Amino acid sequence: MHCQLAWRNIWRNPRRTAVILTAIIIGVWTMLMVTALMRGVSNGMVKNAVSTLTGEIQIHAQGYRSDPVIEHSMTDIQTVENTLTDVLPEKAVYAFRIRVNAIASNARHSGGLTLVGIVPDTESQVSFIGPEAMRAGRYLDETDKNGILIGEATANKFDTEVGKKLVLMSQDTADEMASRAFRITGIYTAEMSSTEKQFAFVHMDTARDMLKLPDGISEVCILLPDGENLDRTASELRASLGEGFAVHTWREILSAITAYLELFDGFMMLWYVVTFIAMGFGIINTTLMSVFERMREFGVLKALGMKPWWIVRGVLTESVFLLLLGSAAGDLLSIVTVGVLAATGIDLSSLAAGAEFAGLSRIIYPSLTVTDVGMANLVVCLLGVVVCVYPAVKAARFTPVEAMAHT
Amino acid sequence: MNIVEATHITKTFQQGDIAVQALKDVSLSIEKGGFVALAGPSGSGKTTLLNIIGGLDTPDSGSIVLDGNAFEEMSRSQLADLRLHKVGFVFQAYNLIPVLSALENVEYVMLLQGVPEKERHDRARSILDDVGLENRYHRRPRELSGGQQQRVAVARAIVSSPSIVLADEPTANLDSETGKGLLEIMKDMNHRKNVTFVFSTHDRMVMDYARRLIRIRDGQVDDDVTKNA
Repeated sequence: MHCQLAWRNIWRNPRRTAVILTAIIIGVWTMLMVTALMRGVSNGMVKNAVSTLTGEIQIHAQGYRSDPVIEHSMTDIQTVENTLTDVLPEKAVYAFRIRVNAIASNARHSGGLTLVGIVPDTESQVSFIGPEAMRAGRYLDETDKNGILIGEATANKFDTEVGKKLVLMSQDTADEMASRAFRITGIYTAEMSSTEKQFAFVHMDTARDMLKLPDGISEVCILLPDGENLDRTASELRASLGEGFAVHTWREILSAITAYLELFDGFMMLWYVVTFIAMGFGIINTTLMSVFERMREFGVLKALGMKPWWIVRGVLTESVFLLLLGSAAGDLLSIVTVGVLAATGIDLSSLAAGAEFAGLSRIIYPSLTVTDVGMANLVVCLLGVVVCVYPAVKAARFTPVEAMAHT
Repeated sequence: MNIVEATHITKTFQQGDIAVQALKDVSLSIEKGGFVALAGPSGSGKTTLLNIIGGLDTPDSGSIVLDGNAFEEMSRSQLADLRLHKVGFVFQAYNLIPVLSALENVEYVMLLQGVPEKERHDRARSILDDVGLENRYHRRPRELSGGQQQRVAVARAIVSSPSIVLADEPTANLDSETGKGLLEIMKDMNHRKNVTFVFSTHDRMVMDYARRLIRIRDGQVDDDVTKNA
């Protein structure tokens, strides 16, 4: 009957209950929408970063990351391949690459970029580069020994197009300057124009031939199936490959993004608390109004023998009902809103330059996790109960005669 | 045997800058099973005395012993327990819980006492039948007349078989016919269950029903008359 009484009490003044429920719903919705947007942003950043040649795990020769030159290549490919076959789960995919700094030039322009030698079929499985990324021309195939793929931004910079020549120069394994002319096979687009400016792709065999690296590779890029434990797989690879190889997860490679993600939960909690403070004033005010309105009734209940603690419990039960009801409705509204926005995405193309500077995707897909929803609800309900203790204690502190004298 | 022993009770209220002495050295005892009226004009101190006897208010000096329990030795929580188990209250303005039905209002006291649901339910129905509200179990207070609400309040006061029922101007808001009916109910309870009733009143009819009439004037006992049965 205590719960029944509390439930009926909150509906004594439906308008007031509707106002406070609206405040809670808007509060929870605001908390979750901002979280969903920020999580969408961070997911986009990670997705971009992982698909822009980073992958989930990379293997290099020891020393390559601090000095990424051709001399720091992996030459014992058989060992690497055997390890990958043994350690990686069945649905994992990986690609070998050669990656060196190069200078590109044509009749109009010259500039630095990163030359990436790829195996076309496997590369398209682990990164963004593939037939779908082509804006003009076509993706590389096994016969394109002189073909090169450049980004749209590079094509604009060099004022060139598909079918035209581009000359690349780099240092080979003999410390000599190697150069080669390529025919532009395709122009790709990427999520960020910096990617388009940075990378040019040629066939692995062509890169080996140019750089005089008959068996070597610069890196292995690995993507794991969903749900696979990244750190455990990386540890197993490290143990199996032994010295001479360096295994890194994307979290180690993209330290700035990792640091941002680590800060994310702290920011979210701070945001929840700030939003709650605004909402909390409304809750405490409404609960106080409700308590003062019924002061005479509390006096009667005390006269009948109700202990002060039971009055506190009664007022808090009413608050819990309001908080649960408001949170549930706020959750529902947030889930629907996020669902709709996640299906279409939020297009930030008009802000693309600024967004790219911050490492954001052009389209943000808001996303919520169960933990986000749980934390927001926990903050609202827990702090909601805490702020309602004040009006509840106020109701319980009056003597029966004082309370019954209340009009 | 006395159920109430009040000794040298004084109580002063502060009204702005003025101290108003509501009770001046009042001593009285009330026998178990009594049907007693505290009568007097408004402001005479009868409600204050009733509140002090019920443990709703504390005297500035003096002592109260109710059914063997000395208030001055009891904490707030113990006093609340005493009220819950030994004292029933009936108020002038009925003071029912508006969101509970008649049956639930009566049950609520037993819920606080921890009476099992089935027993609670049966006793509440039985007592509502006794006060003539057998067809009004599920009506909310606003759906009942003043007399019916006061009968629910009486049922609530006596349902847990208290040692004493303190009724503050119980007939003040009722017409004489309804008031008489209510007094008959309380008199019947007094006879059948030996529940002590103490009224504060200035209603002539209540004074006539009372077997003992204590007149209060200016915070003092002015007259104390026990009628012959």
